[in-house]
Amino acid sequence: MTGVDRLGPELVLLCFAGIVILTDLFWSRRPLLVGLSLAAIVGSLAWTGSLVARDMQGTAFDGMLVVDDFSLFFAFLFPGVAALVILASVEYAERFSRYQGEYYALILTSTAGMMLMAATTDLIAIFIALELTSISLYILVAFLKTVLSSEAGIKYLLLGALSTAITLYGMAFLFGLSGSTSLSDIADTVAAANDDTRAALIMAVALLTAGLGFKMAVVPFQMWVPDVYEGAPTPITAFLSVGSKAAGFAVMLRIFFVALGDRFISNDWANMFAALAAVSMSVGNVVALSQANIKRMLGYSSIAQAGYFLVGVAAISANGGDLPLGASGVVFFLGAYAFTNLGAFIAIIAISNRTGSDEITSYAGMARRSPLLALGLTLCLISLTGIPPTAGFIAKFYVFDAAVQSDLVWLVIVGVLNSVVSAYYYLRVVLQMYTEEPVSEEQVAAGPALGLALAIAVGGILFVGILPSFLLEASESAAKVFS
Amino acid sequence: MLTFIVFFPLVGAAVVALLPREHEREARWVAAATGFAVLVAAAVLFAIFDRDQSGFQFIQRESWVDGELAHLKLQYLLGVDGLSVALVLLTSLLGMVAILISWNIELRPKEYFAWLLVLESSLFGVFTALDLVLFFIFWEIELIPMYFLISIWGTGRKIYSAWKYVFYTFFGSSFMLVGILVTGFAANTFDMRALAGADLHDALLPTGALFFFLIVAFAIKLPVVPFHTWLPDAHTDAPTAVSVMLAGVLLKMGGYGMLRVSFTILPDVARDAGVYLGAFAAVNILYGAMVTLVQTDLKRLIAYSSVSHMGYVLLGISALGTVGLTGAGMQMFTHGVITGLLFVLVGLVYDRTHTRQIRELSGLAHQMPLIAVVMVIAGLASLGLPSLAGFVSEVTVFLGTFGKYGLLTVMGVIGIVLTAGYILWMIQRVFYGERNPRWAELGDANAWWERAALVGMVAVIVVIGIYPAVLADVIEKGVQPIAAGLA
Repeated sequence: MTGVDRLGPELVLLCFAGIVILTDLFWSRRPLLVGLSLAAIVGSLAWTGSLVARDMQGTAFDGMLVVDDFSLFFAFLFPGVAALVILASVEYAERFSRYQGEYYALILTSTAGMMLMAATTDLIAIFIALELTSISLYILVAFLKTVLSSEAGIKYLLLGALSTAITLYGMAFLFGLSGSTSLSDIADTVAAANDDTRAALIMAVALLTAGLGFKMAVVPFQMWVPDVYEGAPTPITAFLSVGSKAAGFAVMLRIFFVALGDRFISNDWANMFAALAAVSMSVGNVVALSQANIKRMLGYSSIAQAGYFLVGVAAISANGGDLPLGASGVVFFLGAYAFTNLGAFIAIIAISNRTGSDEITSYAGMARRSPLLALGLTLCLISLTGIPPTAGFIAKFYVFDAAVQSDLVWLVIVGVLNSVVSAYYYLRVVLQMYTEEPVSEEQVAAGPALGLALAIAVGGILFVGILPSFLLEASESAAKVFS
Repeated sequence: MLTFIVFFPLVGAAVVALLPREHEREARWVAAATGFAVLVAAAVLFAIFDRDQSGFQFIQRESWVDGELAHLKLQYLLGVDGLSVALVLLTSLLGMVAILISWNIELRPKEYFAWLLVLESSLFGVFTALDLVLFFIFWEIELIPMYFLISIWGTGRKIYSAWKYVFYTFFGSSFMLVGILVTGFAANTFDMRALAGADLHDALLPTGALFFFLIVAFAIKLPVVPFHTWLPDAHTDAPTAVSVMLAGVLLKMGGYGMLRVSFTILPDVARDAGVYLGAFAAVNILYGAMVTLVQTDLKRLIAYSSVSHMGYVLLGISALGTVGLTGAGMQMFTHGVITGLLFVLVGLVYDRTHTRQIRELSGLAHQMPLIAVVMVIAGLASLGLPSLAGFVSEVTVFLGTFGKYGLLTVMGVIGIVLTAGYILWMIQRVFYGERNPRWAELGDANAWWERAALVGMVAVIVVIGIYPAVLADVIEKGVQPIAAGLA
């Protein structure tokens, strides 16, 4: 039974997903569905909390599931993200009259998938969790059934299927070399590897990077991002840009740091990730400069942010092979980024619910039409730029600190110069809101659900920015799993 | 005490921001009360500062972040030495002046005063933070209020100037961030007191490169030619109060940062770089002064004169000795007050005439005798007339540098001659000369807030001019340890 107990947080979400769909059949009442979904998340979080309180770290189902500090961190992060996404969806979901139940249920299943991705050390289980997440998201992206949304859905499905296949191919290499799907067994094989098997390992590294790079949305696997982000329902865009990306990074950290963490191969992939980080940051930021649609802009910005995460992945100490340092930077950044990016999307949803437009020019004079929304969005954008006293600054500082300690000063210089570039397009929106004349005097107000969600996100940004110790300790203990 | 000074303006800003819209005119009273409370606190701090003791006083320390894996130990660490206590006083003084001269602002007064107070808070933070990362955080926070203040309440090409300001500063500080990270890793601490004695070798970067990373941001802020081009734009297009803060306090962040960060952490490199800095300083002084001579816009004229005057700060710093550094510190303080006053006066003139073009103005002394008299005092102080503040600091700078770089000092003295030229010429054209009927209706500075600001600043200029020891002793105590490290 301890196995089921350890799976509890995910099970709660999946059960409630079923309940939500069934309830929708009989009482299609929107507040009820939202309430049930939120109850699922509260239940899941409570269960996770009790796992922590009861010290239930350990494995279950023959190593298919692990509960350790790393998976527990994400067992808090993903439901938290989902909760904000659900709150952000309440008003937005009025745009599609049918399938309300399915919408919330799919968010729950996909959240469960993300949690499982972080909570397993077996290739088969990783793959299944990946599929659970992805398939739910394919449907959600196309949910608006408009031309743009359907196009986004198809695009995401096709490229997603391709990337899954590539991931599987990479996993097959690892399985072929080691004869096992368990990451720790593979690690033993890698430690004993010689130059004959090196080529196969490099192939596996390249294929896994390509496959998971799609999830993480790093250059050069980012082609789908702008179109899908623009076409998808905005709450789902937020979910993709935070949840799905974080899940990709969680899996990548697991596979690379546990299975491929031996110095025989780790220096190679660290160099590769350093290069990808530099390219991702630069491409994402430069292309974002010219975007006129704020969702596309945030799409490119999320590519650039993924580049900053990769700085942390690449930051394994050159002399000590010290894995946890960079990993804790990535985990911390993921937490800070969740608040920041969700906050930005929530503000955008609230504004576009009233103005009906995602063009940056429609944000003109927003400070007068809605002072609080404008202030909230400004704070999120400042955090994305990495200016204190926000979570974004501490996160960048921490990741760059890890990179300096790993002798990657050049990458840090690339990173900070990219921050300067990014200031232009983030602050341009702020400028629109504060200095331009509003197109109309009509007030823009957020509903209670959106207001609550934005308040949580902004509170998180400031809390982490001013008192980072709490998140820092959590991310450090999560990263110690890899030591 | 320091925590109060740093964060009380933020409290004031929060109160201002929460005022109901019907009462937004009351924002100025809240702001003035806040500014005054902080001014009193800073004056008390200056008064009870122990002048016999070198090193940092009023230290406040809390552990802030303790990352075990990353060896990341950040502290909430505030403290002042003689140099910073002077700059804290300067900031509180000009902060109060800035609030007073914005008294009748019409456009979105709530936001305006809130940002002004946030700006003041971040400046206090810069001058009191003793943890390198905390210093950087306050340094960066200052960007946001400046960006809003220039782009919303500015004039002319305000958006362009705000961008330019943000990018120059952000560009410099991104290099500083790299420098801070490398320093922190090499010395295993971000505590500036410990870093002063740390022996940094070529850890990840050669120390020369590290020094460059650590000084670029300050060179842009000071500004050192050729990084000065943001300054005339930002100063000219900013609203008057913000120009006062910019010229009066923000430029000093550059000089302060060089002394506190670059020179303290890497004295060996600084010793070799001294002569180059001196050369840059001479270029600053002469180039700045010559460009000032040809300005036709009053505000631009004062702005360029700042470039020239900050050259004296750099010159004093480059001499690396106690006298030179004291002079640089003195110059930072006196230039802050004098140029602040000049900007206030230009702002007052502009409020009345709605033009800043020198050739359109003439004979204003007839309508505004008080403004004219104060302008003469400020102008004379600026060109270094004995018995006024500017003289003391410039002489100290020259005393400090002459023994070391004779030629450069002579070039600096030539700069004074040019200063006399553009200041006197400007006063003569604007305030004297023929009476222009177009300005016949204008009034003098009669409102109490205008007079309070003017009288206060003139008093400081005269006091320091007559009894410089009140300031010089404190600053000297502050720079002695830095100079000792450089010896």
